Amino acid sequence: MATLARLQARSTFLVHQYYFRNSAVDVFRKKEYDAAVKIQSWFRGCQIRAYLRYLHRVATVIQKCWRGYLGRQHYQLIVKLEFCTMKMNLYNAMAVRIQKRWRGYRIRKYCFNYFYLKEYLKAVSETNDAIREALEEFAEMKEREEKKADLEREEKKRDYQARKMHYLLSTKQIPGIYNSPFRKDPDPWELRLQKAKPLISQRPKVKQKRDVNISNQLACTSARSLPQSEILPPIDRKQCQGPFRDITEVLEQRYKPLEPTLWMAEPINELKMAREELRKQEWMRNINDNMFLPFSSYHKNKKYIPLMHSSSKYGPNSYGSQHFRDENPKKWICDKDFQTVLPSFDLFSKYGKLYSKAGQII
Amino acid sequence: MHSFTKDQSPWIPNGKEGVMSLLRPLLLDVVPTIQQTAALALGRLANYNGDLAEAVVKGDILPQLVYSLAEQNRFYKKAAAFVLRAVGKHSPQLAQAIVDCGALDTLVICLEDFDPGVKEAAAWALGYIARHNAELSQAVVDAGAVPLLVLCIQEPEIALKRIAASALSDISKHSPELAQTVVDVGAIAHLAQMILNPDSKLKRQVLSALSQIAKHSVDLAEMVVEAEIFPVVLTCLKDKDDYVKKNASTLIREIAKHTPELSQLIVNTGGVAAVTDCIGSCKGNIRLPGIMMLGYVAAHSENLAMAVIVSKAVPQLSVCLSEEPEDHIKAAAAWALGQIGRHTPEHARAVAVTNTLPVLLSLYMSTESSEDLQTKSKKAIKSILQKCTYLPALEPFLYDAPPNILKHVVGQFSKVLPYDSKARRLFVTSGGLKKVQEIKAGPGSLLQEYINSINSCYPEEIVRYYSPGYSDALLQRVDSYQPLAN
Repeated sequence: MATLARLQARSTFLVHQYYFRNSAVDVFRKKEYDAAVKIQSWFRGCQIRAYLRYLHRVATVIQKCWRGYLGRQHYQLIVKLEFCTMKMNLYNAMAVRIQKRWRGYRIRKYCFNYFYLKEYLKAVSETNDAIREALEEFAEMKEREEKKADLEREEKKRDYQARKMHYLLSTKQIPGIYNSPFRKDPDPWELRLQKAKPLISQRPKVKQKRDVNISNQLACTSARSLPQSEILPPIDRKQCQGPFRDITEVLEQRYKPLEPTLWMAEPINELKMAREELRKQEWMRNINDNMFLPFSSYHKNKKYIPLMHSSSKYGPNSYGSQHFRDENPKKWICDKDFQTVLPSFDLFSKYGKLYSKAGQII
Repeated sequence: MHSFTKDQSPWIPNGKEGVMSLLRPLLLDVVPTIQQTAALALGRLANYNGDLAEAVVKGDILPQLVYSLAEQNRFYKKAAAFVLRAVGKHSPQLAQAIVDCGALDTLVICLEDFDPGVKEAAAWALGYIARHNAELSQAVVDAGAVPLLVLCIQEPEIALKRIAASALSDISKHSPELAQTVVDVGAIAHLAQMILNPDSKLKRQVLSALSQIAKHSVDLAEMVVEAEIFPVVLTCLKDKDDYVKKNASTLIREIAKHTPELSQLIVNTGGVAAVTDCIGSCKGNIRLPGIMMLGYVAAHSENLAMAVIVSKAVPQLSVCLSEEPEDHIKAAAAWALGQIGRHTPEHARAVAVTNTLPVLLSLYMSTESSEDLQTKSKKAIKSILQKCTYLPALEPFLYDAPPNILKHVVGQFSKVLPYDSKARRLFVTSGGLKKVQEIKAGPGSLLQEYINSINSCYPEEIVRYYSPGYSDALLQRVDSYQPLAN
C-alpha cells in the first residue's frame, strides 16, 4: 500500500512530468534535431574531408612522381649542358694559355726582338769604330804620302840647285864659300855640291817642221862627228905614209851632204799638192763659188741620161787595173787605198858623183 | 792683226759691234792660224760678258763656226768649241740659239775626234749647254752625246775625264728620264770606278754626277748602290778637299732619303759614323748635306734613329746647332735633332741629355732667327717634348717657355710624377712645384687639368705651402690672431 500511495502521489507529478517531458521533449526536439543534424553534418564533413585529403594525397603523390620524372629529365639536360660548357671553358682557358705564350714568343722573336736590337746596335757601333779606325789610317797614310812627296820634291829642288851651283865647289887651294876654314865641319851644301853632277844647260829643242827638209840630213849621223860647218884645213899635218888619199878629199867625201835622187827630193804627192795649191788660190780669188752656166742652158735643167751600154753596173772590174787589194775587206790592214806610185829609173842620178871618172869628157 | 786682237780681247768690253764686224771676215781667212786666233778672240770676248755673247749670236757668226767645225783641223775645232761654250754658258736663251743653229751635231762629231783637247772642248760646251734646263739637256741627249761622253770618261787624260763627268752630271740633274738615259749607257760602272782616282777635282765631279743620278728615284738610287760604292765612298769623306767631302755627303744623303732599306744599308756599312766625323771636321755649308743625311736616316724608323744615336751623332749635331752662324744650317740641325728625338722616350732622353733643348728654345724665341729656323725649332721642341720623360732637362722649361710649349712640359710632368717618388721629391726641392703653382691657367683648359693632376700627387699642405701668396696669408693670420687673454 505504501507504494501505491506513493505512486498515487507521484501520479500527478507523473502526469505533470509526463506532460513536461513530452513538451520538454518537444521543446528540445528541434534543438536536439538541429544538434543531431549538426553532428551528422560535421561528421559527414569530416568523412568527406578525410576522403578529399586522401584524394589530395594520392593526387599529390602522382603529381610528385610525374614532376620528379620531368625534373630529372630536365636536370640531366642541364647537367649535360653544364658539363659541355665547363669543358669548353677549360679548353678555352688552355687555348688562351697556349696563345699567350705563342704570341709573346712571336712578338719577342720576330716583330720586336729586344736582344736582337741590342745586338744590332752593338754591331753597328763596332762597325762604326772599325770604319773610324780605317778612315783614320787612310787619312794618315794619305798625309804620310803627301809629306813624302813634299820631301822628295824638296830634295829634287835642292839637288837641281846644287847641280847649278857646282862651280862653288871648294878646290884644294881655295876653300869654297860653304867650306869656310873657321868652321869645324863643312856646310852640308858642300857635301851636296861634291855629290852633284855638273849641269849642262840644254839648248831648247827645235820643233820638227811640217814639211821635212831632207837636204839638212847628214850622211853620217854620229853624235861625235864634226859639225856641219865648212871643213877647216888641218894645221901642219904631215902627209901619212902610204897609199892614202888627200885628207881634204876624204873629208869632203865623208861629210858630203846628202844628194837625194830626183825621186826623193820631191814629195811623192807633189802633183796632188800642186793641184790643191792652185785650187786654194782660185778659191781665194773667186767671188762666187758656183759655176757659171751659159745662159742658153739656163732652163735646161734636165738631168743628163747616159747610154745604157756605158752606164750599167756590170762594167769592167776595177780590180787588177785600178786597185790591187784583197777582195775580202777583213784582210786589209788599213782603210785607205794605197797610192799607186810609179818607180822612177835613176839612170842619171849618180852621174858625176862616184869616185870613178868613167864617162867624163876629157 | 790677229795676234793684236787675241791679246787685247780680254780688255775690250765695249765697242763690241765693231769688234764683231772686224773678227767675222778673219774667220774666213785662208791662213788657218788667223782663223784659229780669230775664233779664240771671239771665244774670249764671249766668255767675258753675256752682252758680248749675245753680240756674237746676233752677228750671225755661229752658223759659220758650226759649218767650219766639221772640216777644219784640231786647233780650229778647239777654238770653235771654246766659242760655243763661252756663248752657251750665260743664259738659256743663248744656249737655245746655239742649239738652233745645229751646233749639237757638230759638237757630237767633235766628241769622236782623236785629239783629247778637241774632245774636252766639245764635252765642255755640251755640259754648259745642258746645264740650264731640261729641254736643252734633252736636246743634247737626242744628239747622241751620252754614249760618247761615257767613252770620254774612259780616256786616260784626267782633264777630259773631269769635263765628261761634269757634263754627265749636268745632263742627269734635271729629270729622272734623263738620268735613266745616262744610266742605260752604263755610266754608273765607270763613274764608280773613278771614285778611287787620286785627283780631287775629278772626284768632285764624279761624286756630283752620281748624286744627281741617285736623287730622282728609288730604282736609280739602288742602281748606284749596286755599283758597290760603299764603303769606298766613305774614304772620300776623309779627303783633304772640302768640296769632295761635300759632294760625297750629298751622294750619301740622296741615297739615304728614299727608303728605310737603303738607310739601313748605309748604317750597316758604318756610313753614319763616317758622316758624323766628316761633320766634325768641316765648317759652314760643307756640313749641310751631312746634317741632312743624319736627319733623313733617323726619320725612317726608330731603330735607325737609335743606330744614329749609338754612332754619337747627337753631341755633334748639338755642337753644329750652337756654333754655326748661318740660319739655314741651324734649321737643318734643329730638324735633324727633332727627327732623332721624336720616336720614343729613350730617343728623347738621348737628345735631352746633351742640353740641346734650351738652345732650341732660345732659337725659337729669338727675334733674329729666320722664319724657317723658328718653325723648325718649334717643331723639334714639340716632338721631343711629347716623348721626353727625362725630368732634369724639362725643368728649365718651366721657367722660360712660352705658354704653348709650357702646356706640353707640364703635361709631361703630369705623366711622370704620379709613378716616381724620387722624381716627386726632386720636383719639390728644385722649386718646380712652386713654379707650377704660379702658372695661371684658364679653368677647364688642358693646362689646368695637368696642374691639377700634379697637385693631386702631393699632400694638401705642401701644395698650400707652395701656392703663391701663402706667406702673406700666414702673416695675415698672425696679424688677426688674438692671443687668449690669460
